[in-house]
Amino acid sequence: MNLLRANSAAERRLLSEGRLSGPMPWVIAIMMFLTVLAAAGGLALTHAASNVADSIAQRITIQIVEANPDLRDEQSDSAVAMLDDLAGVTSIARVPDAEIDALLEPWIGAGGSAEGIPVPALIDVDLTREAHDRLDTIQAAIRRVAPDARIDDHAEFLAPLAGLIGSLTWLSLALVLLTAGATAAAVILAIRSALNTHRNTIEILHLMGSTDTQVARLFQRRIALDALIGGATGCLFAVIVILLLGQRIRAVGSELLGSVGLPWAAWLILFLLPLAGALIATLVARVTVLGALKKML
Amino acid sequence: MAWLFRMANTIVQFENVGLRYGTGTETLSDLSFTLDSGGFYFLTGQSGAGKTSLLKLLYLALRPSRGLIRLFDEDVVTLPRGRLPGFRRRIGVVFQDFRLVPHLSAFDNIALPLRVAGVEESDLATPVNEMLAWVGLSDRSSARPATLSGGEQQRVAIARAVIGRPEILIADEPTGNVDPEMAARLLHLFDALNKLGTTIVVATHDIHLLSRVSTAQMMRLDGGRLADPTGALRHPPREPRGRRRGKSGA
Repeated sequence: MNLLRANSAAERRLLSEGRLSGPMPWVIAIMMFLTVLAAAGGLALTHAASNVADSIAQRITIQIVEANPDLRDEQSDSAVAMLDDLAGVTSIARVPDAEIDALLEPWIGAGGSAEGIPVPALIDVDLTREAHDRLDTIQAAIRRVAPDARIDDHAEFLAPLAGLIGSLTWLSLALVLLTAGATAAAVILAIRSALNTHRNTIEILHLMGSTDTQVARLFQRRIALDALIGGATGCLFAVIVILLLGQRIRAVGSELLGSVGLPWAAWLILFLLPLAGALIATLVARVTVLGALKKML
Repeated sequence: MAWLFRMANTIVQFENVGLRYGTGTETLSDLSFTLDSGGFYFLTGQSGAGKTSLLKLLYLALRPSRGLIRLFDEDVVTLPRGRLPGFRRRIGVVFQDFRLVPHLSAFDNIALPLRVAGVEESDLATPVNEMLAWVGLSDRSSARPATLSGGEQQRVAIARAVIGRPEILIADEPTGNVDPEMAARLLHLFDALNKLGTTIVVATHDIHLLSRVSTAQMMRLDGGRLADPTGALRHPPREPRGRRRGKSGA
């Protein structure tokens, strides 16, 4: 039993204001809105980067650049046969001529390859990570059986994109930390203001034998309530914005943009952010109040 | 042996205590005295003599700049800050400016020490209502301090100070805002508490109060130093006097 236990009506009356300060829940709501958006961005980008890495980062495309269609087919078959026996190759797919024609149609018109225009044969090969690490050896082996082969490593042209995604992910994390820091600073300012406002009450409580922990608990609970209300409000608005953005992204129909999504674990993290915010705000309030009270006798 | 006897009955001991605010001159200098458990003491002196400062040392709102203070047989000068609440709960204080919590009702103000001490809400109503009746404010229990007169606020402050049955009751000008009849009632109240074993220290300008409690001893402060006209405080008698009481009734 304690004066300042959780459900004590007396406790709620002890500090005169219902909340520590009027705008505090709104400040926390805005901070949480920005935090959730930044976190969602970071999580979505991480998820997209993971998707891209899983799907095509270990992929190579072999072009057999030979004008003679018979030699081109022969080299293609040899390359496919060689790769088929190679350890670390998870899939081999020769791109059908029809698909190549469709790719080239905007530039050379329909049925370009059939009209004698030499078009390279394309073979998509997926490798394991270990096999991709020894790509030089694989390239040499391919060139032995297909001297006219050119090999495009998807990881090479994905590297700048991966770098961008990585930078954006770090930026998101930095934004989350900055908004958390700003929220903590706002809490500290609110607590200091509240301590000044309630200084007389605190002194009276002290002189009657209240411990610092008892007094700190009063402020902790008030700030926790503010942080929960503000955090939940900010999170709700951020989730609405994220869902609307998701609709827009899906409407674009891009495969790359389509990979930007939030798995359920990311949603869980986003919904836990208001709780984490309330916890941080409560801890900051406790440390601030206890620090201030130590200066009093 | 005489020293041991005296110490066993001592609740407050000051030895060469000095108090200085900031870098100014000493407000209190070379205070050495003892207060016996169950005693009744009036503290007098002109304005600015240091009465309130001395009371603040007694109710642990300040620490002295020098000297030794023992309270409840423990050195409170070097007492860790974390142990002060336990000592403060044994002391009741009536502040000169009442220091009621302005947004709390008279009931809640009086209940504050009990809530601090962890008394269950269900056990609060009876003692608080008794205290309200005792100070004649039963009909004002839900009134906030701003709506109470000075005298009523003072009675609430007194009720708050005594509800926890403190071992020492310290009152700073407790009759300053009440009429003579209420002043007499309050003194009667303090005397009754004293008979139950509570040590009473009352700072007052009112010289007429001194004669109303026959067993009271007087401490007079003059320029921050203790003027001890009777010598009874510095050198208390070895044998308890006629009305000296122990804490058995507490």
